[in-house]
Amino acid sequence: MNEMFEWSRVWDAMPTMLDGLVVALQATLIGYVIALVLGLLFALLRRSNNRWVSMPVGFVVEFIRSTPLLVQLFFFFYVLPLIGISVSPLATGAFALGLHYATYTSEVYRSGIDGVPPGQWEAARALNFSRRRTWTAVILPQAIPRVVPALANYVIAMFKDTPQLLAITVVEMLGAAVAIGSETFRYSEPVAAAGLVYLVVALVMAWLARIVERRYGQVRV
Amino acid sequence: MTGEDFITFEGVHKAFGKNVVLDDLSFSVASGERVTLIGPSGSGKTTILRMLMTLTRPDRGTIGVDGDYLYHEKRGDELVPASEAHIRKVRQRITMVFQHFNLFPNMKVLRNVTEAPIHVLGKSKDEAEERGKELLEMVGLGDKLGAHPSQLSGGQQQRVAIARALAVDPDVLLLDEVTSALDPEIAAEVLDVLRDIARSTDTTMLLVTHAMKFARDVSHRVLMFNEGKIIEDGTPEKLFNEPEEERTQDFLRSVIDET
Repeated sequence: MNEMFEWSRVWDAMPTMLDGLVVALQATLIGYVIALVLGLLFALLRRSNNRWVSMPVGFVVEFIRSTPLLVQLFFFFYVLPLIGISVSPLATGAFALGLHYATYTSEVYRSGIDGVPPGQWEAARALNFSRRRTWTAVILPQAIPRVVPALANYVIAMFKDTPQLLAITVVEMLGAAVAIGSETFRYSEPVAAAGLVYLVVALVMAWLARIVERRYGQVRV
Repeated sequence: MTGEDFITFEGVHKAFGKNVVLDDLSFSVASGERVTLIGPSGSGKTTILRMLMTLTRPDRGTIGVDGDYLYHEKRGDELVPASEAHIRKVRQRITMVFQHFNLFPNMKVLRNVTEAPIHVLGKSKDEAEERGKELLEMVGLGDKLGAHPSQLSGGQQQRVAIARALAVDPDVLLLDEVTSALDPEIAAEVLDVLRDIARSTDTTMLLVTHAMKFARDVSHRVLMFNEGKIIEDGTPEKLFNEPEEERTQDFLRSVIDET
């Protein structure tokens, strides 16, 4: 069939796209919080002097980082119910997304921590700071602002990965577009609509990221 | 423990691979004594300070401070490796001022000085701030309480570092080449501050420095290090004027005296 691309159909699809967008944003935001928190936890645990802690954590992190998100999505979708965890596909998807990206953010945190000059650790030791105080008063306040730009960029990457949640029945924007297409037999317009929304939202996120970077990306006193 | 053996090194050995930095070293420092360690780089003097500050550990031997071993605990008649808690307890009496200042850039000057008194010594914020202001006045920075370290010159940063070290009421003050990163003129200001402190307190001090005149002024004793051993040990007058060892003479001849 040789049909002309009809822009009116693109705009017609927008309301449904916005419903899908809400789902995508929910997954992204929940996943991002998980990635930020879990990533820091991974980074700290991997630095543990106790081999029984640092090695298993390191292995798990590398394993997750080295396998596709899609595989992990399927894994959690099918395995979690088997061990009695019964949550919505959206929750499963957000968790898997967050866990996957936590392995990336943990690398980012690690580089931030490594970037703190050794003299800072030595000064903390000379003043007999506890390990906890060294981290909270000296190291993290210097490590994290350094890596805010990299961390901020991951939210955009995660948002772009939300269509993968389609594989575990989460109807976000691409899913909504495909649904329209399967009813009207015209896929190009709804998918174009989805694409436009992804673009606009990603640009807005990038803009917000730059604001956050400027505000939090300096080591503040 | 008598005042004579306030700090003791017994059989302390440290090697990095084949490079022996401290060679079965034994010496002691009396309470209130100020000892300068001199010698060529790599001779082990900075390692001594770093071991006392628990920044590096000896391979063998014991280090004692005020009657306690730093890295060991007495269990009946035996010496066992110390727990982290024990090390922290002993380390509390020791502090260090570094060549590169190492102020905390995420804290203003006053907070740099009060952070340890509040969170390690348990002083109240008011108490810590009062003492902090006193110390900063004493080092000539009473007007810089709210400044960021990055706004200060090197000499000012080092003086803050000195105030920060004194704020924890140390029994042992370690000074690791504290003026080596400063211009001679600025170094002189810092050394003046340290001279005053030395004269007005009885804190035990170990200094590694190239500032020979300063060492002469404030030290009770000078130890000349070479290849991980102490080759000469005497008063500043003795060591600087009539060194016995040839190596000491060579070294002193080659040192450019800043102040």
